Amino acid sequence: MSEEVSGGAGEAAASADGARGGVVGGVGVEGVRERAVDVLVVGAGPAGLAAATRLARAGVGRVEVLERETRAGGVPRHCAHGGFGTWTRPLDGPGYARRLTRGALGAGVRIRTGVTVLDWARATRTEPPALTTVGPGGLETLTARAVVLATGSRERPRSARLVPGTRPAGVYTTGELQQAVHLFGQSIGTRAVVVGAERVSYAAVGALRTVGAEVVALVADRARAPRTTVQWARLGRGTPLLTGASVAELLGRERLSGVRIRHRDGRGAVLPCDTVVFTGDFVADDELARRGAVALGPGPDTSHPAVFAAGALLRPGERAAAAHRAGEAAAGAVLEWLAAEGI
Amino acid sequence: MTPAPTAAGPGAVTAEGPLPGRTYDVAVVGAGVVGSAVARELARHPSLGVALIEARDDVGQGTSKANTAILHTGFDAVPGSLEARLVREGSRLLAEYAAACGIPVEPVGALLVAWDAEQLAALTELAAKAVRNEYVDAQLLGAEEVYAREPHLGPGALGALHVPGESIVCPWTTTLAYATQAVRAGADLHLNTLVEQASYDGVHQLGTSRGMVRARHLVNAAGLHADTLDRRLGHDDFTVTPRRGQLVVHDKLARRLVRHILLPVPTALGKGVLVAPTVYGNVLLGPTAEDLPDRAATESTADGLATLREKGARVLPALLDEEVTAVYAGLRAATEHDDYRITGHPEQAYVTVGSIRSTGLTASLAIAAHVVGLLTEGGLDTGPVRDLEPIRMPMIGEAFPRPHQRPELLAADPEYGTLVCHCERVSRGEIRDALASTVPPRSLEGLRRRTRARSGRCQGFYCGPAVRRLFEEGRP
Repeated sequence: MSEEVSGGAGEAAASADGARGGVVGGVGVEGVRERAVDVLVVGAGPAGLAAATRLARAGVGRVEVLERETRAGGVPRHCAHGGFGTWTRPLDGPGYARRLTRGALGAGVRIRTGVTVLDWARATRTEPPALTTVGPGGLETLTARAVVLATGSRERPRSARLVPGTRPAGVYTTGELQQAVHLFGQSIGTRAVVVGAERVSYAAVGALRTVGAEVVALVADRARAPRTTVQWARLGRGTPLLTGASVAELLGRERLSGVRIRHRDGRGAVLPCDTVVFTGDFVADDELARRGAVALGPGPDTSHPAVFAAGALLRPGERAAAAHRAGEAAAGAVLEWLAAEGI
Repeated sequence: MTPAPTAAGPGAVTAEGPLPGRTYDVAVVGAGVVGSAVARELARHPSLGVALIEARDDVGQGTSKANTAILHTGFDAVPGSLEARLVREGSRLLAEYAAACGIPVEPVGALLVAWDAEQLAALTELAAKAVRNEYVDAQLLGAEEVYAREPHLGPGALGALHVPGESIVCPWTTTLAYATQAVRAGADLHLNTLVEQASYDGVHQLGTSRGMVRARHLVNAAGLHADTLDRRLGHDDFTVTPRRGQLVVHDKLARRLVRHILLPVPTALGKGVLVAPTVYGNVLLGPTAEDLPDRAATESTADGLATLREKGARVLPALLDEEVTAVYAGLRAATEHDDYRITGHPEQAYVTVGSIRSTGLTASLAIAAHVVGLLTEGGLDTGPVRDLEPIRMPMIGEAFPRPHQRPELLAADPEYGTLVCHCERVSRGEIRDALASTVPPRSLEGLRRRTRARSGRCQGFYCGPAVRRLFEEGRP
């Protein structure tokens, strides 16, 4: 049995699981429940779901995926454009996210959404790792024979890029923009500047056009427009592409009124706009790894023998298909560890 | 004078529409940390009708948000000055108040680090000055001891003055606590109310963007605009020259790099650039000190950020490898005076609170008591006094259990276990509580200040639209 459950319902299911599987669960002295599973996967994006699915299909008993968002699927959930799936079965992001989720559930994976991993309860190299989580059902410490970190990556926001100026409303990353448009139906401005000229930048252009916003320009600090696939460049048709330029300052008090652009040759200009989207410049969401002093490498193995990693956490901004492959590869490493551990 | 009606129940919080036609006993202009503290102090007197008038849509929006969030001991004040006395008194009062109300404070202590022989010599003088300010716990440390305390400090430190009493505090919660308590005790808070004219003919008449406010006594706590209001009432006592401070906030993963507030040896321009932990678990680098003519110039600049990064690289080199989560700039209300200018004008039933420097947060409760004393000299009959109803502020500090860490709270209300802002671990329950609070947020920024929602490393990449939806569903 498996299900995609939100944190609240998940707690009820947890006790049912405990009864069925004979898991010793209980409430610790400080009101923190304790439970054990075979493999814990942190993050229900393409990498995490792929790892969990392969593990469950290989016969690992209790594979549990923890997802802090309300729905599984990761970044593809809000990528309402094509480019996912396969040549024979093309999908948009949300469709791809649903397919991965269904696949995992069908394999027997338990996905718990609305559950946040707070920290390591135990990350010593000699004992099974344990994580402290919180959800609507309260605090819980989960011990596992192996943990897969698939916490993904995020775009660097304006502040981390040290773009000077005021702090007005109307400043986005692609991730926030896509969610606002595709998941929340929120209003965006009417004139937008997109910072960056890579695949994700064109995805931002697509989201802006969905809500009828005019894209004033794409601004890229590279000397020449980077190559993008025809499909993506088509999204940018009719949009001025300013290369060799960067955003030097944001203007406007309450709401953005414009961005000051500086060209490499020293020329400057103000582009009036009420929205600016900072795209790309992905950075790993590695808080959990760092909190546990778990050193990440190029592959699934980490400095902790029972902790593995996959996906955009290792290669920020990695495409969904590659993250999916990396998740399956991490599952392979986990299976070897479980076998060597001597079940 | 007719007896004023006794304040019954909480006061009104308004942000639009006409203002009440009543004549208040006291109007306080400016709901920064000082104005809010004065309103709270006045609200202890149930017979007084008090109005707190603020031009912006929230409390603490001017110079109060530009400080470096330090609860000072006053060790380096000018001995014998009003500032020295009020900081010393206020420091103790605020520490007690913070503990009682759940305002996060961490007594991390400060190190004034000397990087050359001249600065090293200056530390000895500073240690002596501390004693003249009745602060006796400051201690000189050698280089070895400094590096033992701060292993990530950059090379070249020669020694330091350790001031164990310096703490970090949440300036935002402090101001909000004062305003909340004032309102609950009967004071009215009028937001979005810009004072445009002022006159006195036995009663103060303030022409505001929302109509006339009348009051028998007036307190000018207008911060950056205190000199303008002062001149409208015929005084030419000081001129505000806004001093911009740009600040860079680093990711919580940098918190392990620093244990104390790391201060440079002070110069004529102020206390210089510091590196300090924040009560939210971040690391602060700043501020710059730029004297500007523009009282609205709260933008950050490329030069300012470059300067801060350069100075930060010397003090704590590893800090520059960590992500920046926020950059902001605020204006301090600097004047030509070295000391506070708190002046009573009894003939006008008017008190000016000017030239409050970055120590204003620390001194706020003592300033409030001082101001009420001056109002009394101007004929204010404060009537009976009572203890205010205690309040508990939402805990947004990292050194204390947050709601999602408290099993008993989670058991009572699952909304505290549903985290919406993941970077800062803000639950739906906390956002709901903020929106239903006595002084609720009127913008996403206001919600951020109250809960930390969206103030983390992702700046809304993950949670932005979800937080916005909750705000729009629950806004006042």
